[in-house]
Amino acid sequence: MASDALARLDGVTMRFAGAEAPALDGIDAEILGGRITGLVGPDGAGKTTLMRLMTGLLQPSAGRIEILGHPAHGSLTPIHRSIGYMPQRFGLYEDLSVIENLELYADLRGLTGPERRQSFDRLLAFTDLARFRGRLAGRLSGGMKQKLGLACALLKTPRLLLLDEPGVGVDPISRRELWRMVGDLTGQGIGVVWSTAYLEEAERCDTVLVLDRGRLAYTGPPGGLTGRVEGRAYHLTGLTDRRTALARLLDRPEVIDGVIQGSAVRLVTRAGAGVPEPDEAGVVPEPVPPRFEDAYVDMLGGGPGGHSALAEGYRTIDGGGTVIEAEGLTKRYGDFTAAGDISFAIGRGEIFGLLGPNGAGKSTTFKMLCGLSRPTAGLARVAGLDLARDGPRARARIGYMAQKFSLYRDLTVAQNLAFFAGVYGLSGRRRRRQTERLVDIFDFGPHLTVAARDLPLGFKQRLALACAVMHEPEALFLDEPTSGVDPITRREFWTHINGLVRRGVTILVTTHFMDEAEYCDRVALIYRGREIATGTPDDLKVRARSDETPDPTLEEAFIGLIEASDAEREAA
Amino acid sequence: MRRFLALTRKEALQVGRDPSSILIAFVLPLILLFLFGYGVSLDATSIRVGLVLPSTEDADDLAAALTASDGIEVTTARDRRDLTGALVAGEIRGIVVIPDGFRAGDPIQVLTDGSEPNTARFVENYVRGIVQSWIAGEAGRPSPPSIAVDQRYWFNPGLESRYFLVPGSIALVMSLIGTLLTALVVSREWERGTMEAMLATPVSPVELLLGKFVPYLLLGLGSMAICTMLAVWLFGVPLRGSIPALVAISAAFLVPALGQGLIISALSKNQFVASQLALLSGFLPATLLSGFIFEIDSMPQVIQWITVVVPARYLIPSLQTVFLAGDIWPLFLGDIAAMLAIGMVFMGLAANATRKRLA
Repeated sequence: MASDALARLDGVTMRFAGAEAPALDGIDAEILGGRITGLVGPDGAGKTTLMRLMTGLLQPSAGRIEILGHPAHGSLTPIHRSIGYMPQRFGLYEDLSVIENLELYADLRGLTGPERRQSFDRLLAFTDLARFRGRLAGRLSGGMKQKLGLACALLKTPRLLLLDEPGVGVDPISRRELWRMVGDLTGQGIGVVWSTAYLEEAERCDTVLVLDRGRLAYTGPPGGLTGRVEGRAYHLTGLTDRRTALARLLDRPEVIDGVIQGSAVRLVTRAGAGVPEPDEAGVVPEPVPPRFEDAYVDMLGGGPGGHSALAEGYRTIDGGGTVIEAEGLTKRYGDFTAAGDISFAIGRGEIFGLLGPNGAGKSTTFKMLCGLSRPTAGLARVAGLDLARDGPRARARIGYMAQKFSLYRDLTVAQNLAFFAGVYGLSGRRRRRQTERLVDIFDFGPHLTVAARDLPLGFKQRLALACAVMHEPEALFLDEPTSGVDPITRREFWTHINGLVRRGVTILVTTHFMDEAEYCDRVALIYRGREIATGTPDDLKVRARSDETPDPTLEEAFIGLIEASDAEREAA
Repeated sequence: MRRFLALTRKEALQVGRDPSSILIAFVLPLILLFLFGYGVSLDATSIRVGLVLPSTEDADDLAAALTASDGIEVTTARDRRDLTGALVAGEIRGIVVIPDGFRAGDPIQVLTDGSEPNTARFVENYVRGIVQSWIAGEAGRPSPPSIAVDQRYWFNPGLESRYFLVPGSIALVMSLIGTLLTALVVSREWERGTMEAMLATPVSPVELLLGKFVPYLLLGLGSMAICTMLAVWLFGVPLRGSIPALVAISAAFLVPALGQGLIISALSKNQFVASQLALLSGFLPATLLSGFIFEIDSMPQVIQWITVVVPARYLIPSLQTVFLAGDIWPLFLGDIAAMLAIGMVFMGLAANATRKRLA
């Protein structure tokens, strides 16, 4: 054996019947024991396909895969004896209890005798699930489900552990614990493959395989990629209007990427461009250490400019005051409080974020605010109109972009646009002009007759945005607007949103991306149905400051705030 | 074996906790059998018939005989034209025309509504029967007829249609339930991602299939038991055969029915599509092609060939026999063999569709 690779992929190509482009194209890779290999890329990059190929559940169209010395096109039994696989959504039986799930997987893996009891005890302690042995898996929180899924994959300790997007839908504390557990496993020599769309997660892997539309864009330690932007990342702080400043900076030729981070702007310059000039207000860029994400965007050719054609043609909305208001919003289902006593007021031209893990209550709050769900108690107002009484009138003044870009999948791009134009009451010349303008801005021209379901994810997201702003609403509701899309598309999206905000549009956004939270003027952290903290991203970071973390990231700040809230609950 | 037992145990726990399987296995048959038992009847009672009556004594006498019978309800008129409107409107199902100057032995005319052939035939036969017995009485009982026809119907002396409808309905209900049970549970595993996790363990496809098949075979026999109790205690259908025979027939039938569900779920991987397919491929052929409602012998030859692979076709005669006649093993064994043969083919196809490879 040339090396002790646990899995070896040789020129692996995967074509699905009916698809134009291959899902994977000529992948060469080795998975080594004792390390975490990150499989990194946006939705549709080929991560899950590659995982399934490594379990032998799919056969490549071309190329060769060897798992633990066994060819994956042969008998799968020896492979399945020594790998652990946790598919997306964890592969648990929701109507079985924690211990019943473990027993089932133990029986399937032939784990018997004293070894079985030892494994159970070890894994229940490891995952801290011993207290919940009898609880049905369906009643566990996202984080606990994920740990149970991991425990089931770890019965009869595998040599290769495959985790497909284990971080999705899980609160930041559970995610941090998962990293600790996986770190333990690699310490025992187990090889772990961890697929993710989060670049912060990629940065923590020992080695990464970066997938871009089925091709391997980079292989190696994440630091190797980050190295390419060494000395090219800068921070500008103390800006009076960071959104205008970012738009101008992004249009400079030497700037390849820029994002908003709280009250600051982060820039990455083109290779060889040297130190960027101060901004127009005279703020001098200060060098900061580069992140994996900077390098990733640089590798993909950089982000878009700062100019938003969408915002340029948008009407200007004047005036100040409160546009969106929640007053003691509460939603109860039986004796379960999905959202309790949520209150905030969002001013004109403000971006307000609702943050929190899945199931915390942010979508519930969001739905009450746009009139899709009737609150049990409290008030939701948009532009001074009570959604419970004046729903239709209030809704005419908002644009709504639903999770997963709910378009009519069977309608073409042109039909979707026409439908939403009709729904929002556009007619005659205005309708024609708006549609033409949106087609032009988002480059829908070549795709007009394509059914929405066949669009690439990035285009779906653009179409969803186009449909939501068709009637030039004064407030935009965005539910997980960039979930799963690649960072370039995400930047393009935020360029539009920043532009719209400068026109006076008010934005309410839910997200679990910390990156996205940084774009917000203020955020409310929702946890277990309660609003546990509200403030600017920088405020929250300051509030979570401690001796251990003197300069917390937003994620660390969240973990700190959630832990403080849990401690308070237990004390009460 | 250990893996198979683990899967069976898991399935049993799930059935116990998930109300949907219980609904399909126990509540659905109750509802369907109630509908079939009370809603569908092929017995004709009180069909409205018109009568054109001239004024002769013999005619009055015959009219009295017609009016006195239970099976029809007579509306009398002097002229046929007074009644044709009612026949066209469907208010009456036939017209009996007694000609002017009628005397015993003269022919009479019977007009029937051909748009409802069953009812038409009933009216025709019924009127003929009454007229014949009236003539026999009128003739003054000359001499006892040389041959007396004493009709007796075996197995269903009262000729109650419910007796053969209920066992037939049970066959329909079982076709639906058997297919639906497995179609839904396996596609649910695909939808929830548990199938993928299962496939990545050392479990084999045969173990996976048997782990689904055995628990739902037992559940299916449970719904059969409910159907039988309902048939006997509520609808008063006799059970002249033995319980073991009934169990053997039902179990043999469930092999192809559950197998069909397993094929559907392996192919569709989606609960909605699976339930639609189960309805289409389970219920419809069992209704149309099993000989329950439409005689197989009178179908076109091509359709007759298709009915050979419809398991309900073999279940219905066996069920009707075990309920109404008794244990006639030569008939049962033939049907059981046919059902098992179809079942083996279906299970083979299901195993083929559930290989340990995705996509």
